[in-house]
Amino acid sequence: MKKKLLSVLLSAAMLTGILAGCGNDTTTAPATDAPAAETPAAEETPAAETPAAEEETPAADDAAEAAPAADEGKVLNIYCWNEEFKSRITDHYPDYTEIDATSGTIGDVSVKWNITPNADNAYQNNLDETLLKQADAAADDKIDLFLIEADYALKYVDSEYTMPVADLGITDADLSKQYQYTKDVVTDSNGVLKGVSWQGCPGVLFYNREAAKEVFGTDDPAEIQNYVKDWDTFNATAATLKDAGYNIMSSVNDSYRVYSNNVSKKWVNDNMITIDDNIMKWVDDSKVLVDGGMTGTHDLWSDDWSKGFYPEGKVFAYFGPAWLVNFSMAADTEGSIGNQGGWGATEGPQGFFWGGTWICAATGTDNASLVKDIMLKMTTDDTIMKEIVVADDDFVNNSTVMDAMAQDTSYSSKILGGQNPLGMYANGVSSLDLSNLSSYDQGCNEEFQHAMKNYFEGTATKEEALDLFYKAVVEKYPELSY
Amino acid sequence: MKKKSKAVRYNKWGYIFLLPFIIVYVIFQLIPMFTTIYNSFFENYMSGLKQIGPNFVGLKNYNSLFSQGDIWVYTKNTLVLWIMCFVPQIILSLLLGAWFSDTRLRLKGQRFFKTVIYLPNLIMASAFSMLFFTLFSDGGPINSLLIQIGFISEPYKFLSNTGSARGLIAGMNCLMWFGNTTILLMAGMMGIDTSLFEASEVDGATATQVFFKITLPLLRPILIYVMITSLIGGLQLFDVPQILTNGTGDPMRTTMTLIMFLNKHLFSKNYGMAGALSVLLFIITAVLSLIIFKVTGNDKRKG
Repeated sequence: MKKKLLSVLLSAAMLTGILAGCGNDTTTAPATDAPAAETPAAEETPAAETPAAEEETPAADDAAEAAPAADEGKVLNIYCWNEEFKSRITDHYPDYTEIDATSGTIGDVSVKWNITPNADNAYQNNLDETLLKQADAAADDKIDLFLIEADYALKYVDSEYTMPVADLGITDADLSKQYQYTKDVVTDSNGVLKGVSWQGCPGVLFYNREAAKEVFGTDDPAEIQNYVKDWDTFNATAATLKDAGYNIMSSVNDSYRVYSNNVSKKWVNDNMITIDDNIMKWVDDSKVLVDGGMTGTHDLWSDDWSKGFYPEGKVFAYFGPAWLVNFSMAADTEGSIGNQGGWGATEGPQGFFWGGTWICAATGTDNASLVKDIMLKMTTDDTIMKEIVVADDDFVNNSTVMDAMAQDTSYSSKILGGQNPLGMYANGVSSLDLSNLSSYDQGCNEEFQHAMKNYFEGTATKEEALDLFYKAVVEKYPELSY
Repeated sequence: MKKKSKAVRYNKWGYIFLLPFIIVYVIFQLIPMFTTIYNSFFENYMSGLKQIGPNFVGLKNYNSLFSQGDIWVYTKNTLVLWIMCFVPQIILSLLLGAWFSDTRLRLKGQRFFKTVIYLPNLIMASAFSMLFFTLFSDGGPINSLLIQIGFISEPYKFLSNTGSARGLIAGMNCLMWFGNTTILLMAGMMGIDTSLFEASEVDGATATQVFFKITLPLLRPILIYVMITSLIGGLQLFDVPQILTNGTGDPMRTTMTLIMFLNKHLFSKNYGMAGALSVLLFIITAVLSLIIFKVTGNDKRKG
């Protein structure tokens, strides 16, 4: 009798345990998680799991608070991959009040931040999934605003999921001070502008002042520029530096963007993969550098790559935008070159950009006027943008502000040994031409660098490496051919 | 209640307690398996935000898998990696298992060592490969060490040479799994009737003879089990090479395993090609398991 009662109890508990998983899709019950072999474990825990599952349910429901009917929605959903935009809004958008890490309010509209890190394409996967369901989502669950990066901008811009900024009521005159390249990136194939950015990321060449003095007898940016003014000179300089014990760059991947931003055709034309001459020039130039022991083949951001942030790394220069030298090159660490103000900035062989974030309005947003206001305030308002430069060391997307700051002798960068690089950035950015972006850039650029690494390291011939590149791209984008 | 039969029948409880397994198995294994096979006949992927398909294309996915020919390269890679890992692993495990289960040796601190050899398995494979990635990077500690003791003059690019890259992957896997195998084999060895060992001792058999004439033959069922599970695990090798080579399978995809190849199709959510590849993988696994089953002569079903 007791045994029977016990069995009934146990099996009832077990069944509740299993079924708890079916209730709602936000919680994962033990049974759904456990691989088949581990199922017995699920029997022991149902009692503990069931209440837990129930507790989480109300929390999930909170997201769908009843919204009052007004012509504008009461919830602004923002999708992004890090805290950057959030902190810009918190610090510089006038009406924003922060509640906690993932929410805030603007007036009577509550702002919900959906932050998914970029790693392993997670941000895009999440965004894609939500955007595809956008049409059927409740008004308050719709994405109102999301951020994108240049490498995959066209994937979103060239789709119906982003709204033309003109439809929000933003005119060309409003955006007149923005740099042309920031508009090129988010202009779709029909010439319609679909996003805006508050920052520009023109890149320059940061060189090690100590090394420059040692090898060339000067660390004056204008003098150094003569040694790196075009690629032939750059490569000749590499040999000089090699004799002095320095690598001209940490890795061949450092210069990749400089070449790939200056192409004359797109990666993909009519679904055919084509490799631009300037990119093949990168391959040939880099092969010479690697074979001559003048640079390495490390991946960007790897430990080996970052060694040159310190004097012992014996790296002469890095290509990068303002944020690289300000935030990523160990300037806070005692003993690094940046910490001693040991970097100098010069224009380098060709203009390029790296990074940057664009704001897009999602089609179907129920907060159009608020989105418009955020876009205008954050990307066109002179006062706010100047604040951003001063407070956050960003290079803002506003030629008036930047030109004024470039003239300002009181502004100088400690990391760059007292140099004011803004004029140089501004020059670089105005000459950029990005009309040759395609929606396949992210995959093509990544796979190209991966494949060529084999050629540089001598494990494959150039043809084999190119074959590998084509193969990898077709895996990513099955509709392409070569 | 009293009037009912005194014998309480418990078999139905057995079925009820089997339910969780059956339900989980059907939902998460059986149904996905059939939908995978179904999906493999369709062209179905995402191009950016656009869904292409599903269009029925018959065997086109299989066709392109074979016509590219890469599948055999990856199969070979996977098997090479498995053999490189399995052979040293089984030797090591047999040796350790024999020592641990040998009552005459009276090894001290057995419990300690049994725990220690199992420990590498407790580390997440991803963390383990990150560790090795750092250790064996071009400017990593191993290279500095080798240069300092004068063994080499230039950093050796471990991850850019086929042999060393494969060796690292196989070595890591071996290190992670030999403890597990040792424990399985030891369990098998301890299940062997000790009177057999005693009898052989009386007959004057040497330790080697005992091992090869008694332990090994009687261990066969466990060995087969170990081999099949290891083979299936080996075919699904993914996390270690994926993280060690950053998903590229460098150098020149010589460390690209079948599952890493499968993962490549995830980027575009290419269910068709991924489905076809999965079905192939299923067939390869089944065939290999059958071969091992036959070759090791277990078809008498003695258990």
